[in-house]
Amino acid sequence: MGSLTPKADFPLLSQRVHGRRIVYLDSASSSQRPQAVLDAMDDYYRTTHANVHRGVYAIAEEADRRYEAARMAVGSFIGAPDPEHEVIFTKNTTEAINLVASSWGRYRLHAGDAVLLTDMDHHSNIVPWLTLAEERSLELRWLGVDEQYRLDLSELDHQLDGVKLVACTAMSNVLGTIPPLAHIAERAHSAGALVLADAAQLVPHLPTDIGSLGCDFLAFSAHKMLGPTGIGVLWARRALLEEMPPFLGGGGMIRDVRHDGFSANVLPWKFEAGTPPIAEAVGLGAAVGYLESTGMEAVRKHEMNLTSYALDTLSERFGEDLRIFGPPDVEERGGVISFAYRDVHPHDMAQVLDQSGVCVRAGHHCTKPLMRRLGVSATARASLYLYNDESDVEALAEGMAEADTLFG
Amino acid sequence: MTGLEDLYREIILDHYRSPRNRGELPVPPAHRVEGFNPLCGDEVVLYVELEEGTLSDIRIAGQGCSISQSSASLMSAAVKGKSISEVRGLIRTFKAMMSIHEARLGDGSERASSNGASSDEAAVDPEALGELAALQGVVKFPVRIKCATLSWNALAQGLDEMGTG
Repeated sequence: MGSLTPKADFPLLSQRVHGRRIVYLDSASSSQRPQAVLDAMDDYYRTTHANVHRGVYAIAEEADRRYEAARMAVGSFIGAPDPEHEVIFTKNTTEAINLVASSWGRYRLHAGDAVLLTDMDHHSNIVPWLTLAEERSLELRWLGVDEQYRLDLSELDHQLDGVKLVACTAMSNVLGTIPPLAHIAERAHSAGALVLADAAQLVPHLPTDIGSLGCDFLAFSAHKMLGPTGIGVLWARRALLEEMPPFLGGGGMIRDVRHDGFSANVLPWKFEAGTPPIAEAVGLGAAVGYLESTGMEAVRKHEMNLTSYALDTLSERFGEDLRIFGPPDVEERGGVISFAYRDVHPHDMAQVLDQSGVCVRAGHHCTKPLMRRLGVSATARASLYLYNDESDVEALAEGMAEADTLFG
Repeated sequence: MTGLEDLYREIILDHYRSPRNRGELPVPPAHRVEGFNPLCGDEVVLYVELEEGTLSDIRIAGQGCSISQSSASLMSAAVKGKSISEVRGLIRTFKAMMSIHEARLGDGSERASSNGASSDEAAVDPEALGELAALQGVVKFPVRIKCATLSWNALAQGLDEMGTG
């Protein structure tokens, strides 16, 4: 099948490490960028840079135009009904979720209210709620993980009773599991709860449509979808954003400031205090353009094929020596493959793989509750994207076998 | 794989496969202290017993990679039966060995607490380290230094908590 887009589009992938070609299998942590993204940011800085929403001169107007064009491109990419008002640029997914916890949460949640979390979520969708729960005396409930590495929804309706918000991953960064978000949202709404989806792993890899997901808040990061670091997105229903108080205070987010108070700017700028990441927004817009011209259906299909190839290749080669943490059916998972090989510690596995130029993640992946549930302190994780191909999977398998010479 | 052989010396793999002084001690009289590496999830739990100015017994529990586990095992063998001041000296020497590279890399915090690379290098006496010198290769892998020093930092913290000078 080969890679979906040419590896040559991504300058970093032509690097060599330890004399070997680089085999980048850590896109779930952060992806690489195509030349088109680097060019868009470079061109912006070389020809256009000025602060947004302030200047009346030509380059300032062009900076404004590119910044707002990125917002519209991102909104269209996720099927946002009203991108002009509903797409908020943040620093990353973590800040987007903190924005919701701090603004909507402090405004709407009161002592005794319940929030439903999951055992497979990233710390970024857990810690903001732990913090708020302590501050506001909230009750936290947890959806567990079953033997097939799916969310355990057997008691969902019961657990939803009295819940004001469900905060749930749209795709696990460890297991690859894609929970049935539309179903969860439908049950949550029947119970009077809103739904926040951590879509950091979903948006880069699957066609995303806000309407079909049914969530009320959606958060993701540019750097996992071929864009730059330093910018993320919060999408929320306009009515919610209208009623929510501002998050950070400062320039750009106000309409008027007096000695005795201030009034907030209109959406989306109400939530974008200070000079925003303008070049990063331009880069994100270019990343969205690259993904759209490739086609997200094609990205999903490529990753399903390659994940299937990886699961088969690794299982055939290593048999009982390999444990994979995640659903076997590629229909219900993304290209994130967490594994344990014999009793080689994940940290040692990643070190051995590095010698073969293979980049994988080792650790708890910011999911300590899930690690406890799985009964491990860490896993090794290989993750796939549109620039990966069979040769990358084969390099992983070859590299893993090298561990035998040290730890055999 | 030449680079990796520097890291995974035979003594290290031996201590990883057959860790010395593994287990727990009753608390009290032993003191219990934990060390965590929040980046990778490794954890070490030390049980330390002192008797008349001597570290009379030590046990190690917890889980982690070959470097953190072997370093803890090597440490336990090296400090058991030593006087507190000898143990303190060994901790200093070991950490100096591990900080040579950090200082060279320009890690501000490490440099601030030492007198710079050259004096660190002078301070490390390989004779004093014995088998522990096998861990010297770790400094070529800066990310793994925290694995190697995990149990040593926990021991230093434990001694502080026990009120030893």
